[in-house]
Amino acid sequence: MNHTAGLHWEAGTSRIPFAVYTDEQLHQKELERFFYNGHWCYVGLEAEVPQPGDFKRTVVGERSVILSRAADGSLHCFENVCAHRGMQFCRQRHGNRKEFVCPYHQWSYTLSGDLQGVPLRRGVRQDGQVKGGMPADFNPKDHGLTKLKVATRGGVVFASFDHDVEPLEDYLGPTILQYFDRLFDGRELKLLGYNRQRIPGNWKLMQENIKDPYHPGLLHTWFVTFGLWRADNKAALKMDAHHRHAAMISTRGNAGAKSDVSNVSSFKSTMELEDKRFLDIVHEDWWGEPTAVMTTIFPSVIFQQQVNSVSTRHIQPDGHGNFDFVWTHFGFANDTPEMTARRLRQANLFGPAGFVSADDGEAIELSQCGFEQKPGHRALAELGGRGVEETDHMVTETLIRGMYEYWRKVMETETVPPRSAASPAALPPEGAAPSLGAARREGGASLHADSGGKA
Amino acid sequence: MVNTLDFDTWQALMRLQADYAAAVDSSHWELWPDFFTEDGVYKLQPRENHERGFPLCTLTFDGKASLRDRVYGIKETLFHDPYYQRHVVGAPLVREVLTDGSIVCESNYAVFRTKLNGLSTVFNVGRYMDRVARTAEGLKFAERLAVYDSEMIPNSIIYPV
Repeated sequence: MNHTAGLHWEAGTSRIPFAVYTDEQLHQKELERFFYNGHWCYVGLEAEVPQPGDFKRTVVGERSVILSRAADGSLHCFENVCAHRGMQFCRQRHGNRKEFVCPYHQWSYTLSGDLQGVPLRRGVRQDGQVKGGMPADFNPKDHGLTKLKVATRGGVVFASFDHDVEPLEDYLGPTILQYFDRLFDGRELKLLGYNRQRIPGNWKLMQENIKDPYHPGLLHTWFVTFGLWRADNKAALKMDAHHRHAAMISTRGNAGAKSDVSNVSSFKSTMELEDKRFLDIVHEDWWGEPTAVMTTIFPSVIFQQQVNSVSTRHIQPDGHGNFDFVWTHFGFANDTPEMTARRLRQANLFGPAGFVSADDGEAIELSQCGFEQKPGHRALAELGGRGVEETDHMVTETLIRGMYEYWRKVMETETVPPRSAASPAALPPEGAAPSLGAARREGGASLHADSGGKA
Repeated sequence: MVNTLDFDTWQALMRLQADYAAAVDSSHWELWPDFFTEDGVYKLQPRENHERGFPLCTLTFDGKASLRDRVYGIKETLFHDPYYQRHVVGAPLVREVLTDGSIVCESNYAVFRTKLNGLSTVFNVGRYMDRVARTAEGLKFAERLAVYDSEMIPNSIIYPV
């Protein structure tokens, strides 16, 4: 059944049905088509697993996976589901191992996900006879963990369950690749730490939030007042050929200068920082002219450069109405101690408590509340017109329209994309079951008590 | 190493902890910076970063000026769904009394959040790691590091923990 059939798009993608955020069957179909087939998903930074044996547990969509570095330095990603009885065998979030062993029956796997040991495989010898054991034709080569295809560039690691996915560089496309390489140009990255938040909203809303240059100068009073992001800043909006990825490129204007944007009600002309160090911005050579580039890589990650603060933001869906948002802040190996201190201080602007980012999670939660109460309605994204095009200004919602143009193309295709022969793991049929989301990943009850008054 | 306090100092330390909790639960956010010395440090950090030696904090401020900027943000700029918060703070464990008389201590805390029309939920759980200075105005935090176990933040943290 085509679950997109019931959606009513008034025209193009400038009016977005609320049901794309509230329908659990659509969500299952999105996981299948965007996260598990045909796309690359972010799984981490090489700097998180620098040494042989290092691993990190993360997710692709709603499936728990492990990113691991083998003895020869190669990177591998495999699903955290034992080939024997299906147990989610890895509970540590990171660490260093010589092998992975499922505690249940001690099946052991190499750092690249191959099955290497099966206890009592050849049975036990009793009274001169061999009893039990695996069948003679049991071949460990056939029972490795489900492996994902891995691609790295500039220290960033992507993985895909779909081994037929196009090369990462083609997936990003030349326009977006240029901004990707601006940030990740091969320099060694230095991990500064994590922030994690669970946002009670549909995962696409976070993509849309960073494809929406309309709100930063309005919702984020901080940005307006200090000129970090204003509607009159020099700007450009760019997309890949499919309009699924985007870059919002902005150059900081003169802080405090009065202009049209000073008329917006959130502008506080009298606002002055007592501690100016929050905005102790030092230009770095690799920036070029732009002072901020926010890159959305569909479906799973956002790359942030806002002046001296750089981070990856990993989108981890959890059913249609929740997602986990994991921030990994980093710097570069050749940063001076002063630059590290500056990046850490500017991190106060971002994350779950940030001067400008805490607003976003709150706005997303309350948007989801609106969608849930009125699922037959639709959102409007018509600033700057109804079409999709790159612009040299920020007074437009064109990137959101572009994303939904791509969304419709993929979701409305009748044929299910072929599953790669290399990933035969039995996926649930589309729309078959409600998502277990974080409960499935974490093996516990998910935190739905805070779901915005819906409890 | 000295790790005991005379009764008056102990009582003052208990009073500081109780006053702090009362202030940050009162919605009078402007009370918050005065619990710190002029160059006092406040950090709110996930336990994961703390234990792995990563310097990133969810919030990090040094100096009362930066704390006042946060108060301004809470009152004037940070859009958020309003909520009550309620701190429950355990008795301090005095680790050390330094030669200048300042006190290195820790205490467990739990913060509950109650949104309007919502149920009360456990919001943020962790421990304070403090360095408390003796000043002419009484005991003040020279450093208050709140290391939280609740690494998965339920959307956002707006008010001081």
